[in-house]
Amino acid sequence: MSEPMREIEVTVNGKLHRASVPVRMTLSDCLRHEFGLTGTHVGCEHGVCGACTVLFDGHSARSCLMLAVQANGHEIETIEGLESAKGELSHLQAALRDHHGLQCGFCTPGMLTTLTELLRDNPSPTDSDVRIAISGNLCRCTGYEGIVAAALDAAQRIKDAGSRA
Amino acid sequence: MNRIVGTSVERVEDRALLRGQACFVDDISFPGLLHAAFVRSAEAHALIRTVDISAALDVPGVRAIWRMEDIAHHLSDPLLKVALPSPAFRQELHRPTLSDQEVVHVGEAIAVVIADSRYIAEDAAALVMVDYEPLPAVSDCKAALEADAPRAHSSQPHNLVAEFTMGYGDHETVFASAPHVFHEELWQHRGVAHSMECRGVVARHDRLEDIITLWSSTQTPHACKRVICDVLGLDEDKLRVVTPDVGGGFGPKLVFYPEEVILALAARELRAPVKWIEDRREHFVSTTQERDQLWDMQIAVDNDGKILGLRGLLVHDHGAYTARGVNVPYGSAAAITLPYIVPCFFLDIKLAVTNKVPVTPIRGAGQPQAVFAMERLMDRVARELKLTTDEVRRRNLVPPELIPYTTPLKTRGGMQVVLDSGDYPATQAAALEKADWAGFRARQAAARKEGRYLGIGLANYVEGTGRGPFEPVSVRIGENGRIHVASGAAAMGQSTKTMLAQVVAEQLGCDMSNITVVTGDTAAIDYGMGGFNSRQAVMAGASAHAAAKKVRAKALTVAAHMLDVGEQALEVEGRHVRLKGNDERKVGLGEIARALAGLPGYYVPGGLDPGLEATERVIINDMTYANGTAVVEVEVDPETGLVQLTHVTFAHDCGNVLNPQIVEGQIIGGMAHGIGNALYEWMGFDENAQPVTTTLAEYLLVSATEMPMKVDIVHLTSPTPLNELGIKGVGESGVIPMTAAVAAAVDDALAPFNVKITRVPITPPDLVSLIEKAAAP
Repeated sequence: MSEPMREIEVTVNGKLHRASVPVRMTLSDCLRHEFGLTGTHVGCEHGVCGACTVLFDGHSARSCLMLAVQANGHEIETIEGLESAKGELSHLQAALRDHHGLQCGFCTPGMLTTLTELLRDNPSPTDSDVRIAISGNLCRCTGYEGIVAAALDAAQRIKDAGSRA
Repeated sequence: MNRIVGTSVERVEDRALLRGQACFVDDISFPGLLHAAFVRSAEAHALIRTVDISAALDVPGVRAIWRMEDIAHHLSDPLLKVALPSPAFRQELHRPTLSDQEVVHVGEAIAVVIADSRYIAEDAAALVMVDYEPLPAVSDCKAALEADAPRAHSSQPHNLVAEFTMGYGDHETVFASAPHVFHEELWQHRGVAHSMECRGVVARHDRLEDIITLWSSTQTPHACKRVICDVLGLDEDKLRVVTPDVGGGFGPKLVFYPEEVILALAARELRAPVKWIEDRREHFVSTTQERDQLWDMQIAVDNDGKILGLRGLLVHDHGAYTARGVNVPYGSAAAITLPYIVPCFFLDIKLAVTNKVPVTPIRGAGQPQAVFAMERLMDRVARELKLTTDEVRRRNLVPPELIPYTTPLKTRGGMQVVLDSGDYPATQAAALEKADWAGFRARQAAARKEGRYLGIGLANYVEGTGRGPFEPVSVRIGENGRIHVASGAAAMGQSTKTMLAQVVAEQLGCDMSNITVVTGDTAAIDYGMGGFNSRQAVMAGASAHAAAKKVRAKALTVAAHMLDVGEQALEVEGRHVRLKGNDERKVGLGEIARALAGLPGYYVPGGLDPGLEATERVIINDMTYANGTAVVEVEVDPETGLVQLTHVTFAHDCGNVLNPQIVEGQIIGGMAHGIGNALYEWMGFDENAQPVTTTLAEYLLVSATEMPMKVDIVHLTSPTPLNELGIKGVGESGVIPMTAAVAAAVDDALAPFNVKITRVPITPPDLVSLIEKAAAP
């Protein structure tokens, strides 16, 4: 039994990637092992922990529950695409650092993508809005307090700077 | 006066993690990388008749399939003998590298498939046919000790793997004459550690040098190296173990696992790099857990509620094998009395083998259970004697004037348990004040009028931290002036590199950006214990402090020669040694290092040893005891059993604080774990010891919406005299008092229903059933 393959073209963080992938390959495996973008992490492979969350055409999605072939022709944003072209951390990334919103950092890629979407869609979130937004992202280290504080602070920083997350 | 130590400096770990540039074990890749998948037992207890690999071998892309018979000739011993020594053992139950005769829990490894991709490896693993002869299994630790219980291992006459007693004083006499004796039977459960990153191993064999490099998501790389060298008969210069970035540890990753030795062997025998990444379901059945303890306890008190004695039985679920030792129940037993003056103590401790995943420490390591048992007893005493729960504790806490307080207890290594520092009554008072304990009854009464049920509870803990005897640190300044720090400590997300850089920077110029820290690499330093037991800031911190001071003294001596001034006139600032406050007269750290590297035929400056470097292995045998008090306020919905944490106040004393933000992060993270233990986390097994919670949708971790509505942390600072920095460990503290404090608060909220919590986790269905039972006539 040979592995059925498909050619795909996916734009990741603004860059076009082409690959020939097995049809059963998950999007997370494709991003990590075909495209070398290992910043997206895989924590459970059943869609609960949220570490693998990416922005798929701008919407948060579990890359472990999608197939790479489903991404053909679509645009994806991952943790590697969040900093500015000059290599400056985004407001959200900087706020996570400043509020100790990460310890081991394994959940961080999913937190960043989920909260980037939140801050884009809801520029003035409440504490409760932030908690509900990340209730599908598990973190075993921080107890979430630093992450929530960082998201609220990032919202303020974005307003102050008049820019995006 | 410190400039860096004691401040919340930016973590050195963050930049890579925030940009997706960190390197976890599954981020490592090589050309020609092969992938391993394990065939694991589907039975909790069975004899293995045959393992048929023929169909699996036919899958294109499969490179090898190994059973025990295929690898036995490579192994010095088929068993992994890693247990800490103890005279308490009645049975030796070492794990096999691969099981070939009898399986004793679901998930133990029987065979390994190595293939071109993980997908193919998993396809083939599913085609390996294991023919089992099922045997009766035992899943409950109390039932396991009954005379007619099925035996977890068919070769053994019973299920009592170890037993010991702990205590002091004449409990028979004390309990016979005590004015009050109260009895409680308490069941507790811890569950699974669930670091967000599962385990993983990558191994590569360098044929040119005949060296195996093994990257493992382990908390103990040096111990890992020792076991693999022993099992494969390797010289120690033929194996390097490296811990890459680790996505959380929480205990189970301190244990050595069969996958580590098998991957090392596979890389060598198949002449290709090999990777194995555990998936979450495997994590549920093959990574160690900490599980049920049954505490059958009596407390004797006088009419004022002063403790006269404590005694009872502790039955501990050991799981199917000995993967670490008797250390979890030992830690429980040695912790239970600590916050209080307990004149007499006796505990009978029995470790039961069950057909479940082996048990080893998880964050807190037996201490949360001990605190739960003690604090539930204290609440009982308060209720019976009509005292408030804070007053009964106040009357019994070890008073500050008795510190250092030498208890009659000993650690598992035979060191006396001496409570070295802290003011326990002041800690409790600080927590009560911050929590507005005094105002709670008014809050409760007002809520009750609205039909809402509020409750409050508190729990004290004293935690043994800084397990010795040492953790080496080397500090070396290169000829370009860069400071290189290496330690046997292992980072797993708790900011270990930042901690070491801070301690070293304090002595060597306060420039964090000039320091490179390597942890968890056996090639970087010869010895190491690793990360567990809230020990690394204490033990590695002490060595880093000593080594940095030595390097600083050396740098000042040489600089004094070079600048022709007295050493006292000099200071280290940035990357230079300079005349104090004078940036004109200075010499670079790199120049000093170069001078100390020597020139052929010339004296080494200052008559010093060559090299601007020092390695320290500060020995601290005694543990240092941190303490704290948690106050939990809850609102309980008696109709649904939902418990909402409205306010958690945590007062604690970990001595001097190296980095306030990191300390608070450790506490809140621990607290979240403790809330999970109190209300959500349950690792279920059915009566046949089949696991019934093997996804994160069935096993519930606390998410952001379950955290307390308000968290307050109060720091008290009693520096320990046991290390120069005056620090005590803090990594596990947050978890330890949470189950006890939550249970007390739920009891209080549901006092009108006469509900008494005696087991955790307190799930909504359990709570509703307790309310219904209490309401029944």
